[in-house]
Amino acid sequence: MKELAVENLHVAVGDQEIVRGLGLRVPRGQVHALMGPNGSGKSTLAKVLAGHPDYRVTAGKVWIDGENLLELDPDERARRGLFMAFQYPSEIPGVTIANFLRAALQSRLPEGEELEATDYYAKLYEKMELLGMDRSFTSRSVNEGFSGGEKKRTEILQLAVLEPSYAVLDETDSGLDIDALKTVAHGVNSLRGPDLGILLITHYQRLLNYIVPDYVHVMVGGRIVRSGRKELALELEERGYDWAREGALESAYTR
Amino acid sequence: MKTDTSAVNIDRSKGDFFYPEAHVRDAGIGLSERTIHYIADVKEDPDWVREYRLRGLKTFWEKPLPTHWASKDLEAIDFDKIRYYLSPGTEPKRSWEEVPDDIKRTFERLGIPEQERKFLAGVEAQFDSEAVYSNIKKAVGEQGVIFVGSREGLKNYPEIFRKWFGKVIPIADNKFSALNSAVFSGGSFIYVPPGVKVKHPLQAYFRINAENFGQFERTLIIADEGSEVTYMEGCTAPKFNTPTLHSAVVELVALKGAKIQYITVQNWASNVFNLVTKRGLAQENAEVKWIDCNIGSRLTMKYPSVIMKGRKARGEVLSIALANDGQHQDTGAKMIHAADETTSNIISKSISIGKGRATYRGLVHVPKHLKHCKNNTECDALLINATSRTDTYPAITVRGTGNAVQHEASVSQVSAEQIFYMQQRGLSEAQAMSLSVNGFVNDLVRQFPMEYSVELKRLIELEMEGSVG
Repeated sequence: MKELAVENLHVAVGDQEIVRGLGLRVPRGQVHALMGPNGSGKSTLAKVLAGHPDYRVTAGKVWIDGENLLELDPDERARRGLFMAFQYPSEIPGVTIANFLRAALQSRLPEGEELEATDYYAKLYEKMELLGMDRSFTSRSVNEGFSGGEKKRTEILQLAVLEPSYAVLDETDSGLDIDALKTVAHGVNSLRGPDLGILLITHYQRLLNYIVPDYVHVMVGGRIVRSGRKELALELEERGYDWAREGALESAYTR
Repeated sequence: MKTDTSAVNIDRSKGDFFYPEAHVRDAGIGLSERTIHYIADVKEDPDWVREYRLRGLKTFWEKPLPTHWASKDLEAIDFDKIRYYLSPGTEPKRSWEEVPDDIKRTFERLGIPEQERKFLAGVEAQFDSEAVYSNIKKAVGEQGVIFVGSREGLKNYPEIFRKWFGKVIPIADNKFSALNSAVFSGGSFIYVPPGVKVKHPLQAYFRINAENFGQFERTLIIADEGSEVTYMEGCTAPKFNTPTLHSAVVELVALKGAKIQYITVQNWASNVFNLVTKRGLAQENAEVKWIDCNIGSRLTMKYPSVIMKGRKARGEVLSIALANDGQHQDTGAKMIHAADETTSNIISKSISIGKGRATYRGLVHVPKHLKHCKNNTECDALLINATSRTDTYPAITVRGTGNAVQHEASVSQVSAEQIFYMQQRGLSEAQAMSLSVNGFVNDLVRQFPMEYSVELKRLIELEMEGSVG
């Protein structure tokens, strides 16, 4: 099965349960938007998928192309094809973007095999062009002193170069002005295709004007309360999360 | 994250091997006047050197261990159990073919002959107490450059040797310089004639092979007016169960307008006490630059110094120290301004891993009567684990006006979030650590000669590979 599948996932931080029985399937080739108010557990889901050690999965399963994702270390998950664009990317002082991505690609090769430098730079520059980024960018240290917009674009550049099968974009639109948002959205759109499944996590409908999803899910209180086609986002925008919450109650009664 | 509780295994496989001993000359165990006479006899020292050694011994005995400011770990050295002189009793060879097989194999495993062919102007290889191989490229020798072991230097070039020997670092400078003055053997003697610029580096490689042994090489480099030379030293030893002592003295003399660059990549096994005194003298418009990388040893105490004696002299220390579990890198720099318009620069970066400890000690001295002197000091420490330790003791005494001093220090930590971020891109935890550490030292390493920056990065990777569980 070429999909990222989450089944009945429960996640706790300390004693507090944050994700409570979440189910979701993102096949390759589709874009799924996951929307929800603050504190609904969206970002927790992203971090759990990536394998952040602060979160404890108390129940449920996650499959990546049929393989049990939760058994893998964070770096193994990445090499299996899972990418996460961070809401707050870390700075890595002294390590240039070019060297960082090179090391990341190198880690995907079998032992003893060396990444061909000329091929690598050709690919890097091609992707930068696609994203409208200046080449001088590659010699800057990863995220060090970057503006919010530069950080997000750097995340998308990494997504482009690493070519994962599934990408989780965690609030990629937060902190961006409209121009930066358009640039990032253009980057993501240019990467869409049959080999990439995208889970787009966002608080606002605004992003979905630029990256039009195939499906929209609404997450409230640690689980998905409504799912639908892209029109759901507009309806949500109009009626608000309270409406979505009522939906959650309804579905709880009718279950 | 895992990184806070990790056990550390150091991979020192490259240097951790030894061959059976085949020493003909052996001064026995322990230190007495008899030891000194044995060494002086074997080396056929002139009388003034024998006298010098005896004075060294007396001073060594008189001086207490500096444990009032330095590590108490020094008390673990048992000077009565050390062997102070071991050699095969032959002259250094000029070609590798003539070097005894075991010794040749040792240096081949360490890659020395290969590096010599590739990028060096000359090589000296020391095995325990004496050089076993010493050679300089013909073209370099023809320019009048002298590159030999200290014994040959003393024997064949007595007038230059005696003029400068012990002048930059006196016997009584410290307890260990006194010890070295008593039992010194091996090390390099280099003289570069006026105006000669040696294009490729000269390299010395110091190897300890014997157990319970102390290595006390003595290096003297004189760059005559307007000349330039780069010297690189490397070192390894197998890891024995008993501590090994390495206590060198290195004196550099840069005459008017000369430039000396001295590069060290210290990778001793983690049971070696590395207590070294290094100092350079820079005359008018001359430059002495120390590039000092300390990766190995149990305890290193080393503060390369520059005395800027002539107007417009320059001194520089670029230092990287990596302290892993069971290691204490106590390093730093001393800059003694003794003339107007002298400039010094210290950049020190240390990395502490596991329970490793890095200490920076700096001394910058500008007396009152001087004008237009400048010093810049930057020391940055990186802590990898919660148990890692770093200390900084900068001492800057600047008197008078019209001198400029700048000092910056920072301590940073590799955060769990940073490692997670890198892991999310596919790097293993060890690779992520290694990349962070390389990033931390990168701006400094960029200033090193290429061959050395490659070697250093590789050593850091090896250290980091073992440092996460």
